[in-house]
Amino acid sequence: MALPNKPKGELKAVVDPEVVEHDLDVLIIGGGMAACGTAFEIKKWAPEDLKIKLVDKANLERSGAVAQGLSAINTYIGENPIENYVKMVRNDLMGVVREDLIYDCGRHVDESVKLFEEWGLPIWKKDDQGENIDGAKPAPTLREGGTPVRTGKWQIMINGESYKPIVAEPAATALGADNIVERVFIVKLYLDKNKPNQVAGAAGFSTRENKVHIFRFKTALVACGGAVNIFRPRSVGEGKGRAWYPVWNAGSTYTMCAQVGATLTMMENRFTPARFKDGYGPVGAWFLLFKAKVSNGLGEFYAGSDEAKKELENFMPYGASPVTPTCLRNHLMIKELKAGRGPIYMATDVALNAFLDERREKGMDEKSLKKFWKHLESEAWEDFLDMSVGQAGLWAGMDIEPEKVGSEIMPTEPYMLGSHSGCCGIWTSGPDEDWVPDVQHESRAHKYKWGYNRMTTVDGLFTAGDGVGASGHKFSSGSHAEGRICAKQMVKYCRDNDFTPELALTNDQIVDEIYAPVRRYHEFVGQSTAEDVNPNYVKPSGLMMRLMKATDEYGGGVATYYMTSGKLLNICLDLLRMMREDAEKMAAGDLHELLRAWENYHRIWCVETHIRHIEFRKESRYPGFYYRSDYPTCDDENWKCFVNSTFDPATQEWTCEKVEVHNIIETEPWI
Amino acid sequence: MPSYVDPSKCDGCKGGDKTACMYICPNDLMVLNVEEMLAYNQEPDACWECYSCVKICPQGAVFVRGYDDFVPMGGQVHPMRSSDSIMWTVKFRNGQMKRFKFPIRTTAEGAANAYAGERGANLDDECLLLESDLPTPK
Repeated sequence: MALPNKPKGELKAVVDPEVVEHDLDVLIIGGGMAACGTAFEIKKWAPEDLKIKLVDKANLERSGAVAQGLSAINTYIGENPIENYVKMVRNDLMGVVREDLIYDCGRHVDESVKLFEEWGLPIWKKDDQGENIDGAKPAPTLREGGTPVRTGKWQIMINGESYKPIVAEPAATALGADNIVERVFIVKLYLDKNKPNQVAGAAGFSTRENKVHIFRFKTALVACGGAVNIFRPRSVGEGKGRAWYPVWNAGSTYTMCAQVGATLTMMENRFTPARFKDGYGPVGAWFLLFKAKVSNGLGEFYAGSDEAKKELENFMPYGASPVTPTCLRNHLMIKELKAGRGPIYMATDVALNAFLDERREKGMDEKSLKKFWKHLESEAWEDFLDMSVGQAGLWAGMDIEPEKVGSEIMPTEPYMLGSHSGCCGIWTSGPDEDWVPDVQHESRAHKYKWGYNRMTTVDGLFTAGDGVGASGHKFSSGSHAEGRICAKQMVKYCRDNDFTPELALTNDQIVDEIYAPVRRYHEFVGQSTAEDVNPNYVKPSGLMMRLMKATDEYGGGVATYYMTSGKLLNICLDLLRMMREDAEKMAAGDLHELLRAWENYHRIWCVETHIRHIEFRKESRYPGFYYRSDYPTCDDENWKCFVNSTFDPATQEWTCEKVEVHNIIETEPWI
Repeated sequence: MPSYVDPSKCDGCKGGDKTACMYICPNDLMVLNVEEMLAYNQEPDACWECYSCVKICPQGAVFVRGYDDFVPMGGQVHPMRSSDSIMWTVKFRNGQMKRFKFPIRTTAEGAANAYAGERGANLDDECLLLESDLPTPK
């Protein structure tokens, strides 16, 4: 056997890459739902000569959180008042949200869903008898007034295996193949050399050839998703990849924007979903479509108990809602687990058999019943096969048939995101309309609007989807709508702001920084007979485990049932500081490893903002997502406010501050 | 549940510099070894089992084997994807088989209406394409 001291990957990295320059007006960074929304919409507003490109580290067809597909669209307003949507999001996220952004998302989102259907996405409908029919059967479209299959008030069911390719197609058609740069990972943004607080450039590298790409532009959208593999996952072997959220989301959105001075908001928020254990299959359809309940290890349906109701009264008004906020549902589950009353089961067997019993009681004959069961069974499996095939694989491997036996549910490791049931992200302007509060303050970090909807506090820098903070529950459709909002605003920005973007750094300086891990590798690899073990550098895989260990043990991960404290958080910050320093000593022997190196760098930064925010907020705002032992309650009197933080690129210093929440939708009644 | 490649079926996409699986993998995992002209998953513990490589492989050479840290051996989930539907075969550890077929698309590939040539009206209001009379909060 040869000595293990050679680069592993197939595509070796060289120390001097080629430089490719792009001079543009608009750059779209990312390829998920939001970026595809922008790509589609922007050509409807842009003058012919506006130069626009999209750059994606993956492939547009299967990029982002919807790569695998989805079984439902979770935000479709339809017959509901948008005000009620705002109330639902506000309560689920424990009162601290930007109601202007949520309302704005609510008034655009249905148009995105109608477009998806026109583009070819099959959406389930109700037939004349009120039975569910799949999305390929003839039925009026949503635009024609067709009735979707509602599971909850806001969710509709789809046959969504090809959701992402369908949404990517018109985006790609609109921009044209020449303007889509795939397999290039953008890792840094740059401010303009002359105009203060104006974004003007971005740089990254190809994962296919030794090339550094440098972009100059007047405005950019950064929509690269949330952050995954930032806390130690419950599966640390091969199953590390079976993250609940897409494993390739590395916090790039938050890190890159923060580094050029964009104010972040609610970075203390995290999402700790309770999902089917290990396979992380979705639970929404089981709860909503199949009306399944969860029981503890004693077979008790604990969530409806008097004890649970009493516990929820500690978190008013949020706990009083008929739909308990996601974090508080977790809180009840964690209470059971900590008391040793686990495991928690989704009673799939009870739920499915209840449907059969109901039909039987209504006098359905055995033949029809068999047909009905085939359809029901198919719906149950499709939920996983559309969006979380691994869960189906786990059921197959465990010989689990959901009609015969329930399956375990477990709260996962924490994730950072802004589009699902979480709301960390970047502080952005709301729409420039009268109903949006006109806060008088010298700093944009306290204002609700400054001219361009969804623009961050940095001029020309826009974000959408997971990027926009304090407005969760957008999901796939809302992210797409938000991308479309940005598209129009970026065209407006180009019309209003005529300047020639210029970067302060030379091309060589940019390449020096981006290819530093490759150069370090080549400089030192000869000093050890094993390429992964070398005193002069750290490999990305090792540094990622170090990050996950620190956050898990000190930052409130699964190791402590999400419990942390001021003392522990400060230890975590010390560890992160050293990690950030050591991140500059990462080494990459091939292009894939260079990708992992830069992803880690983004992860470390974004986790640091998370820990800083939790440390600053002296309460436990989201019981069930995280707890501070030193401030164990949700303290509305002192902390019903945003926490916003800003990194000053000139001084390299962070500031954290409280920012007032303004209600736009009535607060009486709260729900 | 990492993907793996059956060497008896993979043809390295006939000597191109990139294979279909490399082209599609959202996490940059699938690579081609040009000496052997065979593809493989270079980082199984970073595989989301999104099945993009399995679905796209023209030779049907890519499969998934359950994550070895929690999935008992013997089960298998495998799709056949056409232009309008997908057929899943689920094989259980105990040998039982189930098949499910779902629609995936109601338009022909490439036929999604991009509203090419369509233009928005007023750059200074908040209406997007096809929208008018936007509501405001009550």
